[in-house]
Amino acid sequence: MNIEIEEISKDFGTTAALLPVSLSIPSGTLVALLGPSGSGKTTLLRILGGLEFPTAGRVLFDGSDATGLSVQERRAGFVFQSYALFRHMTVFDNIAYGLRARPRKSRPTTPEIARRVTKLLELIKLPDIGARYPNQLSGGQRQRVALARALAIQPRMLLLDEPFGALDAKVRKELRHGLRDIHDTTGLTTVFVTHDQEEAMELADLVVVMSIGRIEQVGKPEDIRARPKTDFVREFITA
Amino acid sequence: MTNAMIIPARRRRLRSATSEPTLVKWLLIGLCLAVLTVLLFAPLIAVFDEALRRGWAFALASLSEPDAQAAIRLTVLVAAITVPLNATFGIAAAWAITKFDWRGKAWVITMIDLPFSVSPVVAGLLFVLMFGANSALGVWLVANGFPVVFAVPGIVLATLFITFPFVARELIPMMLEQGRAEEEAALTLGASGWRVFMTVTLPNIRWALLYGVLLCNARAMGEFGAVAVVSGKIRGQTTTMPLMIEMFYNEYLSVAAFTMAGVLALLAFVTLTLKSALEWRYADQLAATHRH
Ligand SMILES: Nc1ncnc2c1ncn2[C@@H]1O[C@H](COP(=O)(O)OP(=O)(O)O)[C@@H](O)[C@H]1O
Ligand SMILES: [Mg+2]
Repeated sequence: MNIEIEEISKDFGTTAALLPVSLSIPSGTLVALLGPSGSGKTTLLRILGGLEFPTAGRVLFDGSDATGLSVQERRAGFVFQSYALFRHMTVFDNIAYGLRARPRKSRPTTPEIARRVTKLLELIKLPDIGARYPNQLSGGQRQRVALARALAIQPRMLLLDEPFGALDAKVRKELRHGLRDIHDTTGLTTVFVTHDQEEAMELADLVVVMSIGRIEQVGKPEDIRARPKTDFVREFITA
Repeated sequence: MTNAMIIPARRRRLRSATSEPTLVKWLLIGLCLAVLTVLLFAPLIAVFDEALRRGWAFALASLSEPDAQAAIRLTVLVAAITVPLNATFGIAAAWAITKFDWRGKAWVITMIDLPFSVSPVVAGLLFVLMFGANSALGVWLVANGFPVVFAVPGIVLATLFITFPFVARELIPMMLEQGRAEEEAALTLGASGWRVFMTVTLPNIRWALLYGVLLCNARAMGEFGAVAVVSGKIRGQTTTMPLMIEMFYNEYLSVAAFTMAGVLALLAFVTLTLKSALEWRYADQLAATHRH
């Protein structure tokens, strides 16, 4: 699914989190929103997911206006910064949550849900942890469970807020490839937020560099490296 | 000489920085126990001793007297109405305060504590002023056959007011700490607001909620001041257990008074036991939360 962001702005009371920004994301791309803390990356991601509504501007999914769609209608697989796994549910129940929440007529049967959850656990390479609770998992395992839970609803896009932020360096590297693999297998349009330029450059097809509420440059990693458009971009990617 | 000075210094190092010399420790513990004995255990024993002075049969007989029975029934009725209502209000208030941002929120948080800071007698008087014979509303209510003051509705209102903060105050810190992320995750997975509440919010607060409900119930059954003012103390009609205890006592029916006091004391005891058991569970759960 391609995503079109047209002149989106967002104010929180008197602070402007996003100045009007526009961005076009082709279907199937893996996009990194890269910028320092407070530059509006999370806000933009939450607007795409329907968790926040823009003060002005439009969002188009496959050409049709999605600005007014509710969170539930967006069907965005969202991975939260600290994963937000349901702490009182097992991993299995976490992943099954979205399927069970469907209206009765489109809800899969119990065996079908079990089959899909098992498949997702295999996809994230953790086939044996279905019965565990989130607090019995390592950080990396939690991240992958959050990803599986988001994928269970057969989302139209994948949105991840600092998916590697809470992990130590070694796990980070491993999971980068994990995300790349999952993106390539599912073919989903994927947007992830990061403040780590190396991560963005290594992983993404398209990098969006943001400063305070503004998009500074959009381009392929190698283009941004070769031709930074502004001083801000130059300083940020060499830092 | 030098050796003698070095050794004690070493010993002192080994003790943890916050520990006090043994003598101070035992003095403090002793003081604590003495205060507890004088202020809590002794009176509690005295209550049961006085109640059972003429034996179990006599004590239990005093509870089966019609006035005593009416008081017990009324107290249970009032608690049965107010506790579920305040549990609902408390959840609603905590939900609104912790999951949404709106104007006047800080003011509402302060107001939730009002029943704790106002004397219960003053609270009772407020209801008498609002619904009593001196107000137009009170006159109208009586004329239409629904008296509030000196009747059960007044007792329910006063108890609602007094016990309002318990559930909300238990839930707000816990829900603030848990944040909104799990709820938002459930929404992105397609769940409706109601479903999110039932499957995510409620299970996450269940121990704190139960704890708040227990405290709320103990106070609903034990409230004296506010209820005394609004009830008019009509024997057999508007007399709750605490009021009945006072009446029995004033009439020198000390076995009856202390037996009923013993029943309330037992309730407190059960509440405290459950509360400790819950804190135990809930501490576990909180620790799990922090490991996240
Ligand atoms: N709910 C909110 N209320 C008020 N201000 C907010 C809120 N969310 C974000 N902001 C502000 O918007 C700006 C951008 O925040 P954010 O999108 O979280 O940045 P980033 O994810 O790039 O660190 C920051 O200045 C932040 O303080
Ligand atoms: Mg952020």
